[in-house]
Amino acid sequence: MNASDIRALFRGAEVHRDVYTSPDIYRLEMRHLFTNTWVFVGHDSQTPKPGDYFTTRIGDQPVIQVRHSDGSIHVLYNRCPHKGTKIAIDREGNTGKFFRCPYHAWSFKTDGCLLAIPLKKGYEDTGFEKTEAARGLKPVGAVHVYRGFVFARLAETGIGFEEFFGDSLSSIDNMVDRAPEGRLEISGPPLRYMHRCNWKMLVENQTDTCHPMVAHESSAGTAVRIFKEMGEPQPRPPAMQIIAPFMSPYEFFEKMGIRTWPNGHGHTGVTMSIHSAYDAIPGYFEALCEAHGEEKARAVMDENRHNTVYFPNIMVKAPLQQLRNFIPLGPDRTLVESYVYRLVGAPDELVALSAMYNRMINAPTSIVGHDDLEMYERAQEGLMSNGLEWVNVQRLWHEDEDYTQEAVENGTTERQMRNQFDAWVKFMTMSMEGAQTRVAAQ
Amino acid sequence: MTVQETQITREHVIDFVYDEARMLDEGRYDEWLALWLPEGHYWMPLDYRQTDPVHATSLLYEDNFMLRLRVERLNGQRTFSQKPKSRCHHVLQRPFIDVFEPGEGRFVTNTNMHYVETRLDDQILLALTATHDLRAVDGALRIAGKKVELLNCDAAFGNIQLLP
Ligand code: FES
Ligand SMILES: [Fe+2]
Repeated sequence: MNASDIRALFRGAEVHRDVYTSPDIYRLEMRHLFTNTWVFVGHDSQTPKPGDYFTTRIGDQPVIQVRHSDGSIHVLYNRCPHKGTKIAIDREGNTGKFFRCPYHAWSFKTDGCLLAIPLKKGYEDTGFEKTEAARGLKPVGAVHVYRGFVFARLAETGIGFEEFFGDSLSSIDNMVDRAPEGRLEISGPPLRYMHRCNWKMLVENQTDTCHPMVAHESSAGTAVRIFKEMGEPQPRPPAMQIIAPFMSPYEFFEKMGIRTWPNGHGHTGVTMSIHSAYDAIPGYFEALCEAHGEEKARAVMDENRHNTVYFPNIMVKAPLQQLRNFIPLGPDRTLVESYVYRLVGAPDELVALSAMYNRMINAPTSIVGHDDLEMYERAQEGLMSNGLEWVNVQRLWHEDEDYTQEAVENGTTERQMRNQFDAWVKFMTMSMEGAQTRVAAQ
Repeated sequence: MTVQETQITREHVIDFVYDEARMLDEGRYDEWLALWLPEGHYWMPLDYRQTDPVHATSLLYEDNFMLRLRVERLNGQRTFSQKPKSRCHHVLQRPFIDVFEPGEGRFVTNTNMHYVETRLDDQILLALTATHDLRAVDGALRIAGKKVELLNCDAAFGNIQLLP
């Protein structure tokens, strides 16, 4: 499969079903898309002290995020350069001053450099020093920590961090600016939710504003009905402020707006969102004014972005300090990890609200999650039908859409999904042979 | 069961735990909701030995409103994830009674269970320890709190749609 085959899978307002189902395309995504883009790794508060590490994946690549003795964060392939043994198996821990492979005891500094090999003289005069094994644990191509969030690019060379994300970083800024002390801390382990569907379905769903009132009628609609039957008691049950806005009518979501940025990033909730009407938490705004001054504090709080997609595979919910990582495990298998963070310096009620939202919406035991997963898995099965080849993402499409430009549109547009596929083609093909042919032909 | 507080025996307490599991297995949710005290919470921690249900994420931490919503949703016309419906099955080891204070009307049990949930071709098995915090109110046992600790709480799950 070459670059022009990849390009043919996205034709403006439709995308070929193979992008969700084909094992070949999945393999190419891992080799190209997840190699050329900046992919989320973790948060720096997961590894606060030297020697702290945590293990995760970038695409299908097992990696370790580790804090080095000089305080810097490194991202290393989780693979011993000797015979391949994974260096760290537990999800997190502290390795002290060095990693030691459990198989033959090669050891490595926390920046990956080879430290020692037992009985080293066995390698004398073998040319060992010229091998890649002699360099130790291999680091990924590039690492960038942005306001506590650790991103990595596997490729040694390629697009820069700032160029890749551009103005989309404003959503992370807003999330961190909500902390009176200007930083976040991880709050507990993430929810881990297994989905038998392609990872892109989950990413697309983050800006799919025409599904909540339909797919979530069973949960949010039932909540609204029960609340009415109870005689609308005040204060309302805590769950109501989270779940009721899911039943907002189409007009609400239309007005909410969608913004897209180049390279596949975008967000729902430009003017307001389902997160705008939460009850104020006593003492919080005052703490924020203290930190920022009232004008900036107000500007931070007036921004209520709903979901921000950072292409390729995370979503950030700034008003609730949440991050969801859609980790691909196969063409039809995705692990979703949903984190919440604590706003350092803010009252504890804020993280309590984030934790409540997380378990109500993102848990394998969540009634809202059940609605969504059912739709994804039905789609994954439905796409095996040979009756139709194309998936439609045409809502509010116009022929001259230019994804290299930031745009703000009606909140029910599927432009962000198209924006993602435009970026998908770009980063899938940029390192393929023949990638330049179309450009040259134009 | 309606008896004088002071007459609640160990056997009453143990029967209560079995009866509650049977209500869940048989989908008798109206009866099940009636077991709960108004301030009761059903808690399923996410982290092994988690102590704080409020400021860190749990799998479940639900009040009466959420529990009612959860079980009423199961029978909704447009509850697509329950078409077809799931079924579940609890196998209980005999509960330990860790607190037995008939005078105070307070009883705490600790029960190991295997929980099976099935829908279509899928079936999952969970091993868990349930802690029931029970009160005697007007001679009947009611639930003031229930904590369900999954042995593999840190594993990635697909949907768990009914109540372990
Ligand atoms: S495989 Fe790691 S030291 Fe041999
Ligand atoms: Fe949804």
